[in-house]
Amino acid sequence: MSYEDTTDDSLVDQRPTAGLETATTNSGTGRTIIEAEDVNVWYGETQALHDISMEIPEQQVTALIGPSGCGKSTFLRCINRMNDLIDTARVEGAVRLRGKNVYDDDVDPVALRRKVGMVFQKPNPFPKSVYDNVAYGLNIQGYDGDIDARVEEALRSAALWDEVKDQLDESGLELSGGQQQRLCIARAIAPDPEVVLMDEPASALDPVATSKIEDLIDDLARDYTVVIVTHNMQQAARISDKTAVFLTGGELVEFGDTATVFANPESDRVEDYITGKFG
Amino acid sequence: MSGADITYGEVSDRGTAIARVVFLACALVTVLTTFGIVLVLITGSIPFFREVSIVEFFTSTEWSPIIRPRSYGILPLLWGTMLIVVGSALVALPVGTLTAIYLSEYANRRLRRVLKPTLEILAGIPTIVYGFFAISFITPQIQRVFPETGTFNALSGAIVVGVMIIPMVSSLSEDAMSAVPDDLRNAGYGLGATKFEVSTRIVLPAAVSGILASYVLAISRAIGETMAVTLAAGMQPNITFNPLEEIQTMTAYMVEVGTGDVSVGSIGYQSLFAVGLTLFVMTLAMNLLSQYIRGRYREVYD
Ligand SMILES: Nc1ncnc2c1ncn2[C@@H]1O[C@H](COP(=O)(O)OP(=O)(O)O)[C@@H](O)[C@H]1O
Ligand SMILES: [Mg+2]
Repeated sequence: MSYEDTTDDSLVDQRPTAGLETATTNSGTGRTIIEAEDVNVWYGETQALHDISMEIPEQQVTALIGPSGCGKSTFLRCINRMNDLIDTARVEGAVRLRGKNVYDDDVDPVALRRKVGMVFQKPNPFPKSVYDNVAYGLNIQGYDGDIDARVEEALRSAALWDEVKDQLDESGLELSGGQQQRLCIARAIAPDPEVVLMDEPASALDPVATSKIEDLIDDLARDYTVVIVTHNMQQAARISDKTAVFLTGGELVEFGDTATVFANPESDRVEDYITGKFG
Repeated sequence: MSGADITYGEVSDRGTAIARVVFLACALVTVLTTFGIVLVLITGSIPFFREVSIVEFFTSTEWSPIIRPRSYGILPLLWGTMLIVVGSALVALPVGTLTAIYLSEYANRRLRRVLKPTLEILAGIPTIVYGFFAISFITPQIQRVFPETGTFNALSGAIVVGVMIIPMVSSLSEDAMSAVPDDLRNAGYGLGATKFEVSTRIVLPAAVSGILASYVLAISRAIGETMAVTLAAGMQPNITFNPLEEIQTMTAYMVEVGTGDVSVGSIGYQSLFAVGLTLFVMTLAMNLLSQYIRGRYREVYD
């Protein structure tokens, strides 16, 4: 394993994380930040994921692709324990964030989610002002620095600042769909998480808004580790460094460098899927 | 298809036409009744206001339209109603809101299926039963703490009306909170909010218009509440800050005169219409306010 062996116990500690880390290029740090090992998930009696293991590299974009219903969202929600909120869901196995299993008894899912931000499929801004949306995470996390500055920084990182700087007091619901989704991205990164999970963030958007989000994801990977679910293979090929292919039944059938997965998949089923024979 | 099939349409058309007339007639009954009530209140009040100026009605602090020396200031009755409204709101708004948060955000589905209907049964109990409950249970408890409390007192009335309107607040507020989409809750949890923070800082503000509307409707109900306050709070017009004293609300006065032996056409009889009109205007205003709040602040979710 390539991550540092010192386990990170800050998940147990609820203090908000300190300032930004040094930006690097999209080539990443060469370290693994998330390691899933034999993850199995059930909804009631139905098993949705089977023995998923993968290592997600730090400060790169990892895409999860596969046909609808194959468990991409389920896997994403394992990383920040959003599955805890679903009564019927049961997760087994380990998901290690910097070596610390997030399913250990001493991990507080609330603290975990402060380190692992999430952007959802449908833009879901709060019915509050643009400013309050972005400041929300900082406020609940008791951030005591300059909130104005962080809000501006997050909106700039989400490529939204120029469009909304004169309407920070207006409702986030007044924005267009694409702007709303970038607002949600700004909201997720304002508290400076280590990982940003995105579940088909562009699927509800038009092509122009989609391409803005794609450019943005590329930029985000300089500072953050991005794990993105998409059912759009071209999108995965364009924006990701690593690609994980899930297939129906909840299995991970291929995981590797995006270029390799697309050009030269090991599995015939994946080749069929990528070349559009099914899915 | 033979041409004869087409006539079948005419039969169903006639049915539709009849149904439309029946529905319209039913709707008209409600509308006409409302107009009738307003008309009766207004025409009934006119003779009263020929004798008594509106200024005296709203500024004099004595109410004694039947017993000499006569005086026609509605303020003591308004004051009585206000004591009940404020007191019952102090009971019902916090309890009702917290109940709604619990039902909507904390209770699991099975518990909610039991609790919500139970609350709604509470809303269906006849108000006279609440009145008996007040004199036979609430008032003795108050007297144990404050022995000087009279048999009739504002506090007992306020508490019992408060209990009575809790289901209105909790049920309507719960509806408003349940209508907040889960997407917003997930957004909060995804940012590391606790359940308490999601409930109080996301769901509650997002449902604020429905919650405020429920408050206004509950207050409107407290203004119009009659039997329980008549039994519990008494029949003594009284401008007082002491909730342990007997008071009289507008509604209790109407019970007193309506069931008493004032002769038709006397000034005492006419005062009934003036008080009734005032009451009607107040509750109408509250209902309009509630609709305005719901329309004005309605959150738009697609
Ligand atoms: N909350 C849930 N309750 C029960 N079953 C679910 C739930 N969410 C997802 N599933 C099931 O789990 C499987 C994987 O779903 P999901 O992770 O949403 O797939 P994907 O995101 O790849 O479309 C599907 O069969 C789906 O029906
Ligand atoms: Mg999905």
